[in-house]
Amino acid sequence: MAAILAATLMMLGGCASLPSVPLTPWVKPYEREHFADPIMAANRQPISSIYFEHVWESREDARGATGAVGGGCGCN
Amino acid sequence: MSAAPGALRRLRLSSFARTLLALCVITVPVLGGVLPEDEADVMYHSYNGGGISVVGPSVLVRKKVGDSLSFTANYYEDMISSASIDVKLSASPYKETRKQWSGGVDYLHGKSTYSAGFINSVEPDYKANTAFVSVSQDMFGDLTTLTLGFRRGWDDIYRDIKNPDGRIINDPTFHEKADHRGYSLSLSQILTRNTIASFNYELLTDMGYLASPYRKIRYLSPGQGNGYTLADQIYPGTRTSNSASLSLKHYLSWRAAVTGQYRYYRDTWGVVGNTFQLEYAQPWRQLTFDASVRYYKQNAADFFSDLFPRADYQNFEARDRELAAFHDWTLGVGAQYQFPHVSWAPWVSKSSFSVNYKRLMINYSDYRDALLAPQYGAGSEPLYKLDANIFTVVFSLWY
Repeated sequence: MAAILAATLMMLGGCASLPSVPLTPWVKPYEREHFADPIMAANRQPISSIYFEHVWESREDARGATGAVGGGCGCN
Repeated sequence: MSAAPGALRRLRLSSFARTLLALCVITVPVLGGVLPEDEADVMYHSYNGGGISVVGPSVLVRKKVGDSLSFTANYYEDMISSASIDVKLSASPYKETRKQWSGGVDYLHGKSTYSAGFINSVEPDYKANTAFVSVSQDMFGDLTTLTLGFRRGWDDIYRDIKNPDGRIINDPTFHEKADHRGYSLSLSQILTRNTIASFNYELLTDMGYLASPYRKIRYLSPGQGNGYTLADQIYPGTRTSNSASLSLKHYLSWRAAVTGQYRYYRDTWGVVGNTFQLEYAQPWRQLTFDASVRYYKQNAADFFSDLFPRADYQNFEARDRELAAFHDWTLGVGAQYQFPHVSWAPWVSKSSFSVNYKRLMINYSDYRDALLAPQYGAGSEPLYKLDANIFTVVFSLWY
């Protein structure tokens, strides 16, 4: 819970380190095996998921920030 | 500008929007300072609903060169056959093909990844070019990834007309342009050993010709025809939109993943949209099953009306149903099969076959089925609804 709170503070406050809260990486590399599981991939099937974004984009006015890919994705 | 008789109708989505979507394919997020795996995908896609059928292939290839460079190329094709409600109302059914090529490169240097690429989309009456760059930085013990992106698009818009001899040509009196810019910020954050969050913000600006040259508004004309008259749409020459999303992905103890996402959208045309999405992935032996539900709701643009009271009622006038008030649901299921390792192709590390199906159901709140005006009277027609079946079939190979 403390880790979630710290992460939330960090996301809200930006990436700069907070002087009064000495944050250190709280999930060690050896504790991240679940993120290596394909089901946890940010976009497991990019070519397919982006096609569905394409369909929604053509039927709705909203665009952008879908987060389907991160990495500067336009996802307009 | 008035549409020539016999003018064709096309999908509303600008080529810029379409081509930007390809960025999602060619800018797979790089986590932990590692380039994506070498991969080849072949997809067949199909959309069928509202009188429109769009099918076609897509091929994506990604290949590393050395430890720092990764190149991507994608070919995508839409074969469109349309007899939508707009086509029936003010134009002629049409068939056409859009072809899109894109290429990109990722360069990894320490904890930073620099990406750049170019996209070219061509269809008979819309040509679009888009360039993009982004930089991604892993930090905080690789718990955090920050990505900044910029893109620029240039569109050339034409209008197809049918010659007296039946041939379809570009209207020589119509050629418009549109410019687009996009700025994005993405932050992904590992929260716990089972949970990762991502925040995305995107600012998009458009300038130039932003309307469809084929679609029409209608205004009341009591006693004439069906009680209304069609006229050209008049759009503002600029649009700026802001959108922000937050998603959480969580690993469940029985080896499954659940993802929740919310997106807020607002633009200078007065549209506010909210999107909620929930996804679930469950592996079982060689298979992985997916299920998803998505809800979207928006209000109408300031200058939208299904039926204007009279001609030249206001400065800007639109009847594009994408600018109407509506909500939609999308229900999805999918399955992916991972093939056993094949001994006759030792260079293939893994391969899979997947099928995904979604059903999109749109309920409009202020867009009526004008084709029924003779039966109900202009402005009293039933509200329009659209159901669509969408699926993809994908074969993937990692090497």
